Amino acid sequence: MTEVVATSQTIVVVGGGISGMTAALEAAECGRQVLLIEKTPALGGRTALLYRYFPKLCHPTCGLEINLRRLKSSRNLRVLTMAEVTKITGARGDYSVSLKLSPRYVNENCTACGACSEAVEAAIDNPYNYGLSKMKAAYLPHAMAYPQRYVLDPSIVGTPEGEKAKAACKYGAIDLGMKQETLEIKAGAVIWATGWQPYDAAKIQPYGYDRYPNVITSLEFERLADPHGPTGGKITRPSDGREAKDIAFIQCAGSRDENHLRHCSRICCMASLKQTQYVREAYGEEGKSTVYYIDIRAIDRFEDFYRKVLADKTVRFVKSKPARIAEDRKTLDPVIHGVDTEGYHRYASRHDLVVLAVGMEPAVKGADIPHEIVADSSGFIESAASGGFFGAGCASNALDVNRSVQSATASALRAIQVVRKSDRVEA
Amino acid sequence: MADLKYAAYVCSGCGIGERIDAAQTAKIAEKEGKIALVRQHPFLCSSDGVALIRKDIGEGATHVAIAACSRRAKTEAFHFPSVALARANLREGVIWARPDTDEARETTQEMADDYVRMACAELKKMKLPAGNPEVGRSTRILVVGGGISGLTAAVEARKTGYEVVLVEKQAQLGGWAAKLWKRVPDREPHAAPVDTGVRELIDAVTKDAGVKVYTNATLAQTSGAPGRFNATIAIESGASVNEEIGAIVQATGFSLYDMNRLPELGAGKSPNVVDQAGLEKLAREAEASGQPICRPSDGGEVKSVVFVQCAGQRDESGKHLPYCSGYCCNTSIKQAMYFKDANPAVDTVVVYTDLRVPGNGEDFYRSAQHKGVVFTKGKVASVEPDGNACTVNFRDLILDEDARIEGADLVVLATGQVANAGVDIENADATDANGAKPISILNLNYRQGKDLPKLSHGFADSHFICFPYETRRTGIYAAGPVRRPMDIAQAMEDATGAVLKAIQAAENSQLGRSAHPRSGDLSFPMVRLDGCTQCKRCTVECPFGAIDEDEKTYPVFNESRCRRCGTCMGACPVRVISFENYSVDTVGAQIKAVDIPDEFSEKPRILVLACENDAYPALDMAAMQGNHYSAFVRVIPVRCLGSVNTIWITDALNGGYDGVMMMGCKHGDDYQCHFVKGSALATERMSKVDETLKTMSLETERVATYEVAITDLKRLPQLIEDYAKVIDKIGMSPMKGFA
Repeated sequence: MTEVVATSQTIVVVGGGISGMTAALEAAECGRQVLLIEKTPALGGRTALLYRYFPKLCHPTCGLEINLRRLKSSRNLRVLTMAEVTKITGARGDYSVSLKLSPRYVNENCTACGACSEAVEAAIDNPYNYGLSKMKAAYLPHAMAYPQRYVLDPSIVGTPEGEKAKAACKYGAIDLGMKQETLEIKAGAVIWATGWQPYDAAKIQPYGYDRYPNVITSLEFERLADPHGPTGGKITRPSDGREAKDIAFIQCAGSRDENHLRHCSRICCMASLKQTQYVREAYGEEGKSTVYYIDIRAIDRFEDFYRKVLADKTVRFVKSKPARIAEDRKTLDPVIHGVDTEGYHRYASRHDLVVLAVGMEPAVKGADIPHEIVADSSGFIESAASGGFFGAGCASNALDVNRSVQSATASALRAIQVVRKSDRVEA
Repeated sequence: MADLKYAAYVCSGCGIGERIDAAQTAKIAEKEGKIALVRQHPFLCSSDGVALIRKDIGEGATHVAIAACSRRAKTEAFHFPSVALARANLREGVIWARPDTDEARETTQEMADDYVRMACAELKKMKLPAGNPEVGRSTRILVVGGGISGLTAAVEARKTGYEVVLVEKQAQLGGWAAKLWKRVPDREPHAAPVDTGVRELIDAVTKDAGVKVYTNATLAQTSGAPGRFNATIAIESGASVNEEIGAIVQATGFSLYDMNRLPELGAGKSPNVVDQAGLEKLAREAEASGQPICRPSDGGEVKSVVFVQCAGQRDESGKHLPYCSGYCCNTSIKQAMYFKDANPAVDTVVVYTDLRVPGNGEDFYRSAQHKGVVFTKGKVASVEPDGNACTVNFRDLILDEDARIEGADLVVLATGQVANAGVDIENADATDANGAKPISILNLNYRQGKDLPKLSHGFADSHFICFPYETRRTGIYAAGPVRRPMDIAQAMEDATGAVLKAIQAAENSQLGRSAHPRSGDLSFPMVRLDGCTQCKRCTVECPFGAIDEDEKTYPVFNESRCRRCGTCMGACPVRVISFENYSVDTVGAQIKAVDIPDEFSEKPRILVLACENDAYPALDMAAMQGNHYSAFVRVIPVRCLGSVNTIWITDALNGGYDGVMMMGCKHGDDYQCHFVKGSALATERMSKVDETLKTMSLETERVATYEVAITDLKRLPQLIEDYAKVIDKIGMSPMKGFA
C-alpha cells in the first residue's frame, strides 16, 4: 500500500508539468509540506516534449534538470505519479482528497537498468512522441523521467510478454499483481496545475489534418525537430519520409475563432517563429518557411526575436487566414488556398509540409474538477479569493512558460496563505 | 582527524558485476583509497543495502563513498544528510558508456578503478558543511514602490503573515493605476472597462498596522544581505530612518515613453494630441464634471478619435523603443470604449500594425468591434494638427497605399513603458530611453553597483524562461513593469510571485540555506584571508555581487547573498577560497588520484570537467541511450565551469594527463549558464592558459573548452571521440612520470 502523510497543513498540487513542479517546489522551499500528484508515470509535462524554448532557443530539459535536482533534495515534497484526483470534500483549510493510483507494475526496487525493456518485444504507440513512433511496452517514459523507474503498459500484463519482463528483472521490481489503489488524504489547499492540451486539429475541417498525412500540428513538429524524437531530429514528411524543406506554418489554427476557441492562445506566434529557426537549423539557406498569420503577437522583448526572423531570408510572412488546404493526390503535397489580405491576391501555394499552430485549451475544464470551482466559459480556472483552490499556469490561462511559472509561484503563495494559519503568529 | 570514519560501498548490480571485477575495485578502495570499511553489495539501493549503510553510519561512519550509479540516480535511497557523501559513477559513467566487448574490458575496468580512487580521494578532502554562521534575523519585506505592483506585494505579504515596509517616492500611493479612470477587465465577460481596484488596495495597506508606509521617501542606502538588510530611508522631513529588512521586492514601475520625442506625430503641437495617460486624465476630468470627454483645445465636442498604436515603439530607426510594450493595444481598445460606451456616435479608429491582445483580450477586442470601434491595419507616418482638428497620415497596410483620416478631434499616442530600474551598473553614464540620466533606486552599497543588473532595454528581468524570479542580487526581486513591459493583471500576478520569493529568501537565510538554483545548499565559500593578495578578482567576478571589499580591499563575503556557484573559487589565483564539500582540494585530489599509465602504454588520460547541470546529465543520458565514448576520459562534475580553478588544469597537465576538456553552457547574449557568467569566465580564463602551456612546452590543443547543451546526447560522445583523436595525433604528454 502506498503510504502518504498529509494533514490539513499540506498543499496538494495537481499536475507535474512545469507549473505544478514550480508551485510545489516554491511552496516546499518555503518550508511547507507539499504533495505533488501527476497522472502520467513521470514529471515534466508538456515542456519536456519541446525541443527548444523561445526566444533564447535554449532547451527545456535544462530547467527540468534544475527542478528535478531541487525536488530530489527537498524533504518537504512528496511525489505521486500515475495518480488522479477523483473526489474532494471539505472546505478551505480542511479538505479530504480521494486519489486513484493506477498500477505501474514496477515497484521501488527498480534500478532503471532496462533489462525488462530489452526482454519485452511488444510495442505500443509512444505518447511522448504523440504516437509518431512506437516504444517497448516496458518503458522508461523519457531520458529524464522522474521517478527514474520503468513502467509496464497494462496491455502486456497477464500475457507472456509481462512474464518476460518479470523474468528479466533481477531485483524483484516487476509486480504483475499490482492493483489500482485508492487513497484518501488531507489537504489544506489545492493547486490545479493541470496544464493544457492542443485543440483537436481535426475539428478544423478545411485544413484536413485528419485526411492529409503532411498536415501536422505544431506539437508534432517539435518532436520532429528534437533529437529525442521519432526521426532523431530529422525534419521529414510523414507520408514518405522525404526531407521537408518547404514548410508552411498556419497561425490561429483553432484560436481567435468563434467556431473553435474564442481566445488567442498567446504562445503560437512565438512558437512558429521559433520553429522557422528549426527549419533553418536543419536546412540552412535551402530551407523555406512561410508563416500565414492574422497578427504577429510577439509582445514585449519577444519583438527582438520577431525582428531577427523577419530579417531571415528563408522566412516569408503572408497576412492571411487560409481558407482551406487541398492535397496533390500524386505527390501528397499540401496546397494552401486563400487570399493574401495585404493587397487581396488569391493564392494557391504548394508546400512539403504544413504545420498547424494549434490553440491551447485547458486539459481539465474547471467544470470537470470534482469540487465546486470557478472557471471561465473556456474552462480556465479562476482562483476564488475565498476558497482553497487555485489555478496555476495554463490551467488558469493561455500562458507561455515564463508566465506559467510566474502564475505557479503566485498560486504557491496563495496556498501558503491558507495553510499557514496555525504556525505563524501575526505580528 | 581521529574521529573521522570512512566507508565505501561498491555495488555490483545493474550489470556492474558482470562488466567489471567489482572485487578488484573494492580492493582498490581499501588499499589505495585507504578506506577502513569497504563493502560490496549486489543491489545496494535495495532496502537491505541502504539499511547496511545506515547501520554503519549509526556506528560512526562520517564519510561515505558509494560506487554504483550516477549521482543523479537513486538520490532518495542514497540520502544520508548526516555524512559527507561521494558517488563514483560506475553505471552511467562506465559500463553504459562502454561497449561490452572483450577488447574493451581492460580499459573499462581501469575507468571503474579510477572513479573509485577519485571518490575515495574526494571523500578524504570533504567535510560535511557545518552550516552558515551568518544567519538572518529579519523576515520583514521591504517593498519599493507604491503602485499597483507594490501595493499587491504588500497586501499579499501581509496575508501570508509578514510585516511590510513600503517606500514610495511620491506623496500618494497608487502609481500609474491611480491615474487611470478604469482598467482592462481580467475576468469574463471581458466586455467593458472595469474599476481599477487601486483604492481598495491603498485602503488595505494604509489601514494595516503591519505595513509601515513611507511616502515622499526614497532609499538613501541599502546594505547587508537577505535576513539582515539595513534600509536607510530618506523621509520627507529630510531626516532618515533605518529599517531592518529580510528581503526586498522592487516594484518601481515605469515611466511613459515621452511623447515629446515624437513631434512628427503631433506631440507638443496641439493639446488635442495626447498620450494614453493624457487621455486617462481627460476621462477622469470628464467624470468629475459629469460631461463627456471634450476637445482640449477649445472644450468642443469630440466626434472623432484616432488611436495611434506603437507610437515610438517597435521602432527600427534606432531613435525610439525597439520593443513592444504589450499592454497598449488593450489600453487603446479600453479608451475607445470610453467614447463608444458614452456615445456610440463618436468615431473611434485604432490604427495598428499587429493587434496584440493575447488570451482573453480577444474577447475584449471583439466587444470593441461590436461597439463599432474601427480597426485599421496601418502605420502612421505623421499627425498634422490644424486648429481644432488633426489629420492622421498613414500607410494602409491592407490596401498598400497612403491614406489619411481628416478632422480628428483627438489623437491618442500609444507610447510605451520605460523601466524605472535605476542606474545601469555596467555603464554609469547611460541614459534611459527618455534621455534622462537615471538615479539609483536601491542605493546598494555593494561592490558591484547600486542597483539590480539590467537584462535588455533597461528592464531588470531574469534571463531564464523557466525561472522568471532568478535574480542576480539574492533576496531582491523585481516585480511589475520594472522587470518587463506588462499590464495590470500581469503586474499583480508578478508581484504575488515575487513576494513568495522574497519570503522564501528571508526564511532560508535564517536557516543558512542557499537560494535558487542550489536551493537548500548549506555549504558556503570560506576564505583564508591570511593568504589573500587583495587582487579583487573574486569581488569583481561574483555573478551575484555577493562579495564586498573592506577598506584594505580584502574580500568581505556575504554568505546569504551567495549562490554557491564557486566562481570566486575559480577566480582566486592563490586558492584561498573553498567550500567544505567542494574545494580546490576535493577536485584536485580526484585529479591526482587517477592512475596515469606511462608514455608507452598508448592509454592517454583526458580530464573532463563537466558542468553538473547540463554536460554531466548529457553524458549520463548519452550512456543511458547506448552512445559510447572513449575509456580514456575521467569526468569530474563541477558546480559551474566558473568554479574551475586553473590550478586543476596545470596540476592535471603536470601530472601527465594528455588533455583537458572543459564542458560548460552556452555563453553570450543568449547565455544558458545558470550562474550567469560562469561559462564565459571559464572560457576567458582558459584563453590565458595557452601561455602556461607554452611555458610547459605543451601543445595548446591539450586544453579545450566546449559549449554544450543538455540535449547533446550524440554530440558529446562524438566530441570526446574527436578529442581523443586529436590527442592521438599530437601524441602522449611528455610530462608523465614527473609528478
